[in-house]
Amino acid sequence: MSTIVLLLITGLGLGALYFLVASGLSLIYGLMGVLNFAHGSFLTLGAFAGWEVARRLGADSWGVFGLALVVGAAVGAAFAALTELLLVRRLYERHIEQVLVTVGLALATVALFEGTWGSDPEFIEGPAWLRGTTDVAGAPVPNDRFLAIGAAVLVLIGIVLFLRYTRFGLIIRAGVENRAMVTALGIDVRKAFTLVFAVGGAAAGLGGVLASQYFGYVSPHLGAQLLIFAFIVTVIGGLGSLTGAAVAAVLVAVLQQFANYYWGYGDLVVVLLLALVLLVRPSGLLGRRA
Amino acid sequence: MTEPILRVTNLRATVAGQQVVEDVTFDVPATGVTAVLGRNGVGKTSTLKALLGLYARTGEVTLAGERIDRLSTDRIVRRGVGYVPEDREVFAGLTVAENLRLAERDAAPRRELVADLFPDLVKRSAQRAGTLSGGQQQMVSLARALLNDNRLLLVDEPTKGLAPKIVGEVATALAEAAATAPVLLVEQNLEVIERLATTVVVIDAGRVVHTGDAAELLDDPDRIQRLLGVHTSENAA
Repeated sequence: MSTIVLLLITGLGLGALYFLVASGLSLIYGLMGVLNFAHGSFLTLGAFAGWEVARRLGADSWGVFGLALVVGAAVGAAFAALTELLLVRRLYERHIEQVLVTVGLALATVALFEGTWGSDPEFIEGPAWLRGTTDVAGAPVPNDRFLAIGAAVLVLIGIVLFLRYTRFGLIIRAGVENRAMVTALGIDVRKAFTLVFAVGGAAAGLGGVLASQYFGYVSPHLGAQLLIFAFIVTVIGGLGSLTGAAVAAVLVAVLQQFANYYWGYGDLVVVLLLALVLLVRPSGLLGRRA
Repeated sequence: MTEPILRVTNLRATVAGQQVVEDVTFDVPATGVTAVLGRNGVGKTSTLKALLGLYARTGEVTLAGERIDRLSTDRIVRRGVGYVPEDREVFAGLTVAENLRLAERDAAPRRELVADLFPDLVKRSAQRAGTLSGGQQQMVSLARALLNDNRLLLVDEPTKGLAPKIVGEVATALAEAAATAPVLLVEQNLEVIERLATTVVVIDAGRVVHTGDAAELLDDPDRIQRLLGVHTSENAA
């Protein structure tokens, strides 16, 4: 029983990280039709920014850790907004070029991160509580899992409230349905594009700081490592569906944890799940049917 | 003679490399309803979309004397051009109230006018637009345009696919709309044209082949048959 509880909560923690990356990917694709392969770089840069804050100001303080989360999110948001403004904005409706540019940016930034911080993982410190465990039904669950889950739930609630109760949220929801008609109502949808990139980048940057706690290190490849599963989550959840991304993140991560523990083939099981969903429900669990 | 509200000169438009508007030149008077007529597929909707910048276009378009052919769609609309698209294009996942709120671009949107014209929408404000009937969706589409103070309304086939009773209601709403701003109307229903239009522009194969007084054209069944390929009741008799 304790093993199942441990796998379940660890899976939820990993799912929280997948969701933080996938939420931005899903919104960006839903509104702009852009498959952003550079999204992992937003996470990595956020993680390094948070690590730099912790390294310089003292890693064991909760105040510094909170600041690291804020800085990670802000750096992720700024990097994402600049990516949209300088690179992606010229390439709307040009899907091949978008893929080439975002893949190129991902490769270039990983090389830049390696040049700046080295290619080896930097092991990370944090407040003492995060290194400890909490007993849940006999299972010693690492505390950083609870933090990741809590942060992802807050981000989900925050994005849902933003989409439901703000004018930009209204524009984004309408733009996901019919971008041309939004412009035909006199709305400059490009501002919404930049904002969605920034929100997605903030979630990824926050996810970067939390992922470095989850894995215990930060490295130039942290983003790429999570990006592939975040893409799978996005497709399984339904491109453009935030709720779908949340459901799929939990499903994929928990399944992956259980399959890894009992059979050692967690990644294979996730790919098989993706294939099954694409065969049975190509639009994803909560995506709009074509 | 007053200046036209819209002047279109040598407008050409392409979609995915395909020429959909060949060479269109016409004026829209500053009052009344100007109907764009023509057989199916001749480029009427494409002309409206090109005017609005939704299709890549060349040529010269002026709105009240100001060039708008190099502006993006949202900037053209913000200069006072309301648009009611073919097939309504309401945001199905948004409520009626959200559809209308999204369309408000003026500081003081004309909510009372819209509520008077479409009382049914007030009752259904919390309903998702995708669950409305075709006629109700058309009301939402018209209401979105009428919320703002427009210098020109572009209305594309507003009665398409609607029941006869609803067609009458839409025509009444359009007549009210025309009292607030000149209308450029693409429409196939000649009864609606007869009721609303003051001027007509007939397009064939992406070019304007006739412009003139609406009543004059509608009184000439042979010309209607030749230009539009349809028989009026008089013609049939």
